[in-house]
Amino acid sequence: MKVSTFSRIDSKSLGYIFLIFVFYCIGCDSQKKKGTDLTELTYIPSGILGLPDIPVPKNNPQSNDKVSLGAKLYSDKRFSSDGTVSCATCHKPEQAFVDKLKVSKGIKNLTGTRNAPTVLNAVYYKSQFWDGRRNDLEGQSKDPLLNPVEHGLSSHDDLIKVVKSDPEYTSRFKSVFGIDSDSIQIDHVAMAIASFERTIVSGNSPFDRYRFGKDEKALSESAIRGLNLYMGKARCQDCHTIGETYAIFIDDKFHNLGVGFKRIQPKLEEILQKKAESKNSPTSDEEILTNLESSELGRFAVTGVSEDLGAFKTPTLRNIALTSPYMHDGSLTTLEKVIDLYDRGGETNPFLSSGIRPLGLSGQEKADLLSFLKSLTSPVLPSMPK
Amino acid sequence: MEEGKLSRKDFLRRTGGLLAASIVPMSLVEIACGGRGKGTHEKFTFAFISDPHLTHIKGTNFVRNFDNGLNKAIETVNLMFPRPDFVVFGGDLAQLGKREELDHGMELLSKLKVPVKFVIGEHDYYLDMGNYWQDKISKLNYSFDHKGVHFVVLNSILTYDNWIKRWKTPEERMNEMARLDNPNGSPFMVGDDQIAWLKKDLEDIKSGTPLVVLSHSPLYKIYKPWNFWTDDAEQIQSVLSKFDNVTVFHGHVHQVLYNQIKNISFYALMSTAWPWPYPESYTQSPHYIPKMTVFMNRQDPFHERDGTGWAFVNMDNAREEMHYKLWENKDRIVKYDESAGHPVDSTYQKPETRILPQTHY
Repeated sequence: MKVSTFSRIDSKSLGYIFLIFVFYCIGCDSQKKKGTDLTELTYIPSGILGLPDIPVPKNNPQSNDKVSLGAKLYSDKRFSSDGTVSCATCHKPEQAFVDKLKVSKGIKNLTGTRNAPTVLNAVYYKSQFWDGRRNDLEGQSKDPLLNPVEHGLSSHDDLIKVVKSDPEYTSRFKSVFGIDSDSIQIDHVAMAIASFERTIVSGNSPFDRYRFGKDEKALSESAIRGLNLYMGKARCQDCHTIGETYAIFIDDKFHNLGVGFKRIQPKLEEILQKKAESKNSPTSDEEILTNLESSELGRFAVTGVSEDLGAFKTPTLRNIALTSPYMHDGSLTTLEKVIDLYDRGGETNPFLSSGIRPLGLSGQEKADLLSFLKSLTSPVLPSMPK
Repeated sequence: MEEGKLSRKDFLRRTGGLLAASIVPMSLVEIACGGRGKGTHEKFTFAFISDPHLTHIKGTNFVRNFDNGLNKAIETVNLMFPRPDFVVFGGDLAQLGKREELDHGMELLSKLKVPVKFVIGEHDYYLDMGNYWQDKISKLNYSFDHKGVHFVVLNSILTYDNWIKRWKTPEERMNEMARLDNPNGSPFMVGDDQIAWLKKDLEDIKSGTPLVVLSHSPLYKIYKPWNFWTDDAEQIQSVLSKFDNVTVFHGHVHQVLYNQIKNISFYALMSTAWPWPYPESYTQSPHYIPKMTVFMNRQDPFHERDGTGWAFVNMDNAREEMHYKLWENKDRIVKYDESAGHPVDSTYQKPETRILPQTHY
């Protein structure tokens, strides 16, 4: 399939997204995000087949100017210690918002421990990062800036200094947030980036046309058989959920499939004892990305609950054919290998998610499932606003 | 609390907080809780694992799902810090009492890093009448003291001799007893010999001593057709009546269940293998499900561990606090409530706070 790099979401849906909210907030106090689950949301119709309404925090309404400012911030490499890394470095707009690497490369070619998830449809997650350590896009955007293997800034002030020294930024922050240069804070930056990311949505795939558009010819026979397997014998539906009127292919939960778990299994007691001694304080973002063992703790790093050991967030399957390699550590290079992992019931370990079990899929069934997964690719992907 | 007496919590608060618990010489602290008698015991934790029903297929093959349940509980207990003082194993290690199953179970349980106190279940017993268990694993009834609490282990799954003699082979007998809803079944009992032993064991124990009884079947009557039942329960309750504070922990019913009968609090545990429904879903015969019990919500059939789990028990202030660890579901803490006079779920007791069953696509 051909991905048009700078093609646009169809104008109707852009109109929905951009024209509904053009609010200008008044003071920076009201703009500060608390990063709690209690953020009140409003919903904008996505206008795209197969996608639900887009959740938008009431305290960070969408506007064209804010989205465009966010896109500029998203692409600015000056927000890294050596001027080489922006958000777009690992979440490339021209590559379905991933980097196609096993694990991402940050400043000085340093590598982390995690495979970059796509920004496409990330707006729909109830938590961000593979371990869900942030609740929203605003909270997510601030962490990589300070991580020593990503942007490597010593503090958010480094970024704010760059912003304040750039007249184009100061005038745009003024028009978007109604604030003077002195008042610009990292939260404003985060809000603008998040607003941009809320426009990075895609649906209308052959699957959507078949399931929600009632176009029986949209899928091949093999893909239709694959969809039936997906809903039944292959047991995909329970976590990568397809709804009645839309599908984002997630359950907002965390599951242990055993991938990478053997790296930490011998050290679990030592790790848990340390965790108990530190009164279960959450594992830092830096440690997760710089320490292979800590990375494998998964959701446990956030909750300290042993049930969450090695559990990672269910990712969307939209555009999955474009976003290899797979899994939190990028350890599986092809969809065939992912299907094989599920077919053998994951990698055995005591914390294996209990829905995971051997499936007994035949070669034909695996091929059909693959056809179906390939039908989840959108014909047009969103790109950067001009 | 009596006036002028310090509760243990107050005492600790005034002596540097709860963190000091481990260094406070508890033997010097007299506990008085709400007129429930006096005992001296220090805080400790034990884990409770029950009903894994390990099932032999052939050779070295066992049912994967049930192995997974027990392994998960063992691994989780080993990762508890601070470690519990010991694990109570509540019975039904095997599905059909086979040596392969008991050996396999012991091999898995040997990974536990703390001692295990064993209770036998009917699935472990009725193939060879408990011989292999007694030979390789544990006595069937015994008692021990731990940090000021007296523990008694009972074999509560005995039954009438006539029923035992009724079957042609040990396998037939085992298979009949292994069925839940079996018209050919026979009710469980502790039996006169063991009741006599129990009386003797408790003779010299002061009535203020916290007493914990561990059994497989519930030591009260819930639902006879499923053998959620102990035929001589009233006799046992009467032997325990002189104590201020008695707690029974039992397995067998594969569900969250708690009750209070006079001076005795009862707590059941989920299985690590599968959940049973509540007998009230079956209306053919009367049942005596405790009104105070907040039921587990309906299990999600996709997740084979939902409705299963284990528990750890905090023994503090001469009272237990039961932490139900429900996998794939919400954990629950149930503890004795002085004002209510029975165990209460700390979160879900009020009807409006209960968890609704999962909706499934």
